[in-house]
Amino acid sequence: MTFFFLTLVLKIVVLTIPLLLGVAFLVLAERKVLASMQRRKGPNVVGIFGIFQPIADGLKLVVKEPVLPSSANLVIFLFAPVLTFLLSQVAWAVIPFGDGLVLADLNVGLLYLFAVSSLGVYGIITAGWSSNSKYAFLGSLRSAAQMVSYEVSIGLILITVLLCTGSLNLSEVVRAQTHVWFCVPLFPLLVMFFISCLAETNRAPFDLPEAEAELVAGYNVEYSSMGFALFFLGEYANMIVMGSLCTLFFLGGWLPPFDFVAFHWIPGIFWFGLKVTFFLFCFIWVRAAFPRYRYDQLMRLGWKVLLPLSLAWVVLVSGILLSFDYLP
Amino acid sequence: MILFSVFSSIALVSSVMVIRAKNPVHSVLFFILVFFNTSGLLVLLGLDFFAMIFLVVYVGAIAVLFLFVVMMLNIKIAEIHENVLRYLPVGGIIGLIFLLEIFFIIDNDYIPILPTKLSTTYLTYTVYAEKIQSWTNLETLGNLLYTTYFILFLVSSLILLVAMIGAIVLTMHKTTQVKRQDVFRQNAIDFKSTIKKIRDI
Repeated sequence: MTFFFLTLVLKIVVLTIPLLLGVAFLVLAERKVLASMQRRKGPNVVGIFGIFQPIADGLKLVVKEPVLPSSANLVIFLFAPVLTFLLSQVAWAVIPFGDGLVLADLNVGLLYLFAVSSLGVYGIITAGWSSNSKYAFLGSLRSAAQMVSYEVSIGLILITVLLCTGSLNLSEVVRAQTHVWFCVPLFPLLVMFFISCLAETNRAPFDLPEAEAELVAGYNVEYSSMGFALFFLGEYANMIVMGSLCTLFFLGGWLPPFDFVAFHWIPGIFWFGLKVTFFLFCFIWVRAAFPRYRYDQLMRLGWKVLLPLSLAWVVLVSGILLSFDYLP
Repeated sequence: MILFSVFSSIALVSSVMVIRAKNPVHSVLFFILVFFNTSGLLVLLGLDFFAMIFLVVYVGAIAVLFLFVVMMLNIKIAEIHENVLRYLPVGGIIGLIFLLEIFFIIDNDYIPILPTKLSTTYLTYTVYAEKIQSWTNLETLGNLLYTTYFILFLVSSLILLVAMIGAIVLTMHKTTQVKRQDVFRQNAIDFKSTIKKIRDI
């Protein structure tokens, strides 16, 4: 019994620590890519090519003084960043990195991920409310409305993927793509899913919650030091989760791109990481390339464009699968 | 067993806190805690699909809207002025009825006095072919919902549709004073027809 728990804890630690390092280097990669897209150098002072910059940033955040606003609702104020961070870590329990390389091979893994990503809104909304500040509250309201709206289209897209696989198990979803990745027949869905992911993680061009020109910094204005660091880590870990979701559902998870023998020598984790990195690069690329949306345009895109389109795709795909008797 | 007592006790305590908390936002948050623990109980029962749907629908969608509305109402911490025992008779009767119903369902061994003999003695026909296959929750649910109970399924979806149409109709009054952006018209505007050269320079 003790041995079982020890191995479980060890597994979780082995999963979590590389994830946190990955988050740190994702921040660095974002700054570097943005810099080279804007013809700058980016961080290059700390360590070679600025490789220790995220560690220096993290150290700075940890040793800063935590400021607690006097009129804040303290319990909720302290709980909100913890919740955000926790939810971004918990999602990794069901993500398969390779064939059988998964912490918990749930039968309802897809629904679990959807549930976790839909709970993410609570961290933001409680943070905004409990800090008792106008900017934070407005930012959190915007963010909550945005995340709830885009969840609907994410759910419908997931239903379409589910129709093609016939299982909610994420490993089965990947195994169903052995012959053809879903990005080939369902390419428009991949684009829609990516857009919804951008909105769900509050990234540019949908980063209205933290529109620095109008709302200072959105829901995390009042947070300093560790609270801010937890929000930051949670946000970027969520980005990686969304990137791996895109990979699992549309780009065939750990599967190699072509069925060559040489490609099968390379372990599946490598392919998975490569695809996730591609999506993360796209996240950063979009941030560098597009201006921010106006809020009513954002809502219009969510409710009047993505939602009807994804619903139509559900009907179309289920109709095709039913009429050709392809249903799994 | 330990997990069961943890989940159920936290659920009970936080559901008491839902009604006892003075700040309405706190009571909504306790409400969410109740949902979490209940879905934990569902997982313990082996109903993983229902637990996840519970989380997605109730916590992810409905409770967020509750929280939204409660936060926007801007109620200062509500003082409980009125007598707490005012609602006791009505609430007590409803609670008693609910308790009785639960006892009717669970087992008749708990209350031997009540005439709750559920007829379980007659011979039932067992389909052994069904016993062999092992189905997941989702497959079982789908097979029941879309065959045996499809009428109930259709009726409930119609009720939801009516509710949705009602909500849309209630919010659909168009005011004329507001400036609206029509994206299709904006995209259809031709550059040549909007900007013209009046005279040669």
